[in-house]
Amino acid sequence: MSKHSEQTDQGRRGFLGTAAGIAAIGVAPGVVLHAVADVTPRTQPVTSQVRWGMLIDTNKCAEDCHACVEACDQEHGMDLMTQPEGQDAAKYAQQKPTWIRKARLKDNLTGRVTTLPILCQHCEHPPCVDVCPTGASFRRADGIVMVDRHICIGCRYCMMACPYHARSFIHQEVETKPTLTPRGKGCVESCNFCVTRLDDGQTTTACQDACAQDGHQAIVFGDLNDPQSPVSKALQGMPSRQIRADLQLNTGVRYSGV
Amino acid sequence: MISASRIGRILTAILLAGALGALAGCSSESGAQAVEGSAKAAKLTHCVEPTSFMRRNHMELIKHQRDITVHEGIRSTKYSIAGCIDCHVQYDAQGQAVPVNDEEQFCDGCHDSLAVRLDCFQCHSPVPQGPQPTNLARIGAGAADADGALHVAGQEKGN
Amino acid sequence: MQKVIYREWAIDTQRYWGLLASLAAVAAIGGLSALYMEHSGHWVTGMTNLVVWGTPHMFAVFLIVAASGALNVASIGSVFGKPLYKPLARLSGLLAIALLVGGLLVLVLDLGRPDRLIVAMTTYNFKSIFAWNIYLYVGFMVIVAAYLFTMMERRANPYSKWVGLLAFVWRLALTTGTGSIFGFLVSRQAYDSAVLAPMFIVMSFAYGLAVYLLVLMFSFEQEGRPLGDLVVNRLKNLLGVFIAAVLLFSVIYHLTKLYGAKYHGIESYFLLNGGIYSLLFWFGHVLIGALIPLGIIHHPALSRSRVWLASACGLVILGGLATLYVLIIGGQTYPLEIFPGMTVLDEGFGEVAAHYAPYHPSLPEFLLGLGGMAVAMLATTVAIRMLKFLPASLADEAVI
Repeated sequence: MSKHSEQTDQGRRGFLGTAAGIAAIGVAPGVVLHAVADVTPRTQPVTSQVRWGMLIDTNKCAEDCHACVEACDQEHGMDLMTQPEGQDAAKYAQQKPTWIRKARLKDNLTGRVTTLPILCQHCEHPPCVDVCPTGASFRRADGIVMVDRHICIGCRYCMMACPYHARSFIHQEVETKPTLTPRGKGCVESCNFCVTRLDDGQTTTACQDACAQDGHQAIVFGDLNDPQSPVSKALQGMPSRQIRADLQLNTGVRYSGV
Repeated sequence: MISASRIGRILTAILLAGALGALAGCSSESGAQAVEGSAKAAKLTHCVEPTSFMRRNHMELIKHQRDITVHEGIRSTKYSIAGCIDCHVQYDAQGQAVPVNDEEQFCDGCHDSLAVRLDCFQCHSPVPQGPQPTNLARIGAGAADADGALHVAGQEKGN
Repeated sequence: MQKVIYREWAIDTQRYWGLLASLAAVAAIGGLSALYMEHSGHWVTGMTNLVVWGTPHMFAVFLIVAASGALNVASIGSVFGKPLYKPLARLSGLLAIALLVGGLLVLVLDLGRPDRLIVAMTTYNFKSIFAWNIYLYVGFMVIVAAYLFTMMERRANPYSKWVGLLAFVWRLALTTGTGSIFGFLVSRQAYDSAVLAPMFIVMSFAYGLAVYLLVLMFSFEQEGRPLGDLVVNRLKNLLGVFIAAVLLFSVIYHLTKLYGAKYHGIESYFLLNGGIYSLLFWFGHVLIGALIPLGIIHHPALSRSRVWLASACGLVILGGLATLYVLIIGGQTYPLEIFPGMTVLDEGFGEVAAHYAPYHPSLPEFLLGLGGMAVAMLATTVAIRMLKFLPASLADEAVI
């Protein structure tokens, strides 16, 4: 009997700790939580009242920093994957799942070098959703573009269609799968804005947290529909654009300084 | 001389007996054997739903819940697959979780004898791996009510 | 015109079974390759997150495009009413189905989750041209089977014109759908073009007829059935027209892209500095796939030789594969223009991929594609042996 109450106590303690942590994260930056953003896990279907988005300020992005990439790898279990034996390292770099990556660009006229993270842009009109034959690639009501891997057949058409190389195909058997990020050979996946966290009531992504922790604060995430959210305030404070804006996809991720 | 029709009838009888035997392999006796040992579930009388219901309908619950989770973002119900694993996984002598779909573990008991292929663990982890959904703690995964049934916080039994 | 008699293919047993065995062996190796790729995962192939469709897709698209084109010969007979083509119609329908089956097999076996084929056939997103293609491909097989029935069952003959018309329209829709797979993609410099749909239609005319002519000449020559110059010359000249049409569409595609500054990068990649892709474009698509076959077809002496003609058909097929390699794979190895006016020093996939995404065809991919072609030929061989697909004689006297 004591073993059961011990388990229950730990469960309750864990929950209280998480709730306190969420409250702390929510209050500390001085942000007023929008009425809609639950601190408790969602019990009602997600609606379009919230639209998740991100602003990346490339001026603050440090050239040799990969904090966002490493944080994403750790959060979603990519760090548990290993290069198959006999595989070439360069090829593995192009075959392993990559949800966010750091790019380096040079302006052809001025020679100025910019670094920035590139990830799924969570478009309002995602080409990847249009082309998926089974509808596995879909846009959730709150703007997150993701893959329902229960019906993904691994045709990779969405990867052909994505203008940002955002999607990854799992080319190998996955030995260790994180509970919170199921992953299997033969399906396609991409950044989901840490959806498990968001559904749990949190309002930050792993990449944003890591960037902030490293002191750069180049990534700001939040609810685009809430004018008081961190991302909305940041967007009002500086000029920004979509990358490949000519495609008019109305992306959820915006960039400043490139 | 045994006639062909008689052989046919004997063969049919053998096949039927075999099929019934296979179904019986999923009877309460071997069910109890499947949920045993070091799994949290061993201490409970039944699951998120009564055992007979689960035996016949768990696949429907899983299939319905996956759409709710992925498309609606509701990860807070008691039909969490992580919850199933958390409760039904056994632990070996060193305290390591044994994959729940391994030979003679929970899933295999019925799935092997009925020859129904499991697709879940191609992607889902068969052991608790990394941070677990906070939902599990909230629904008191593994905790038991007074009658030994699974305690689910805030939800009526049978919901 | 005399009544046409159709007869089963009657080469002697040993050669028939030898042919079947070799085709079956190639098909089996293709199947084993698919099993290997599916079991280990696609890391054993040359395909990556940057180049997601590779050698199998080159073969598969070729087979599918050739399948719709192979039906042309029958359509010219039924829909356009040309009497010379009517005896050729049954083989045309058969090849259409066989080539399509081979192509689809390669495509399905290359899927990341081929075990989810049932899901693919029951869950649809109708905004996707892929979803439409599933209906177009399956429907094509059903309609052409019905078409063959109307041709081969005497009592159903009156319907063959109408079913033939349906098959013709359907086949145009199918090839439009196949070209649109690429034409609808806004993301890549090489695609995003309405011209890809009609270009694929015209490519299907050429490749389908090349395969048809090869199979016709081979089967008749092996058995010693008479195949007169009337039929061969008509098909030969038609092939010439189709090859020229492919060149025309290719010129339209490239000229249009050359006109836009934003496409200068992809055009110089295809035409000048794309390494293997430029080589395959000029030597494969233009020279081997078009100019040399055209030369053979219109040469006063060479055009009269069956061997040279067969070579021309073979070159068209090779050229077609090269064309698709450049389009499908070259179109992916060329980087996405995410930041126009900037040079990408590192896109984040490692130093090797910083400029053009590397792709090297791997053996399993190639064997799978080859296996698909073998399956198509295997099905054709069995069918012409078992059933009355081939006319007993195509000598000049028989077809006038």
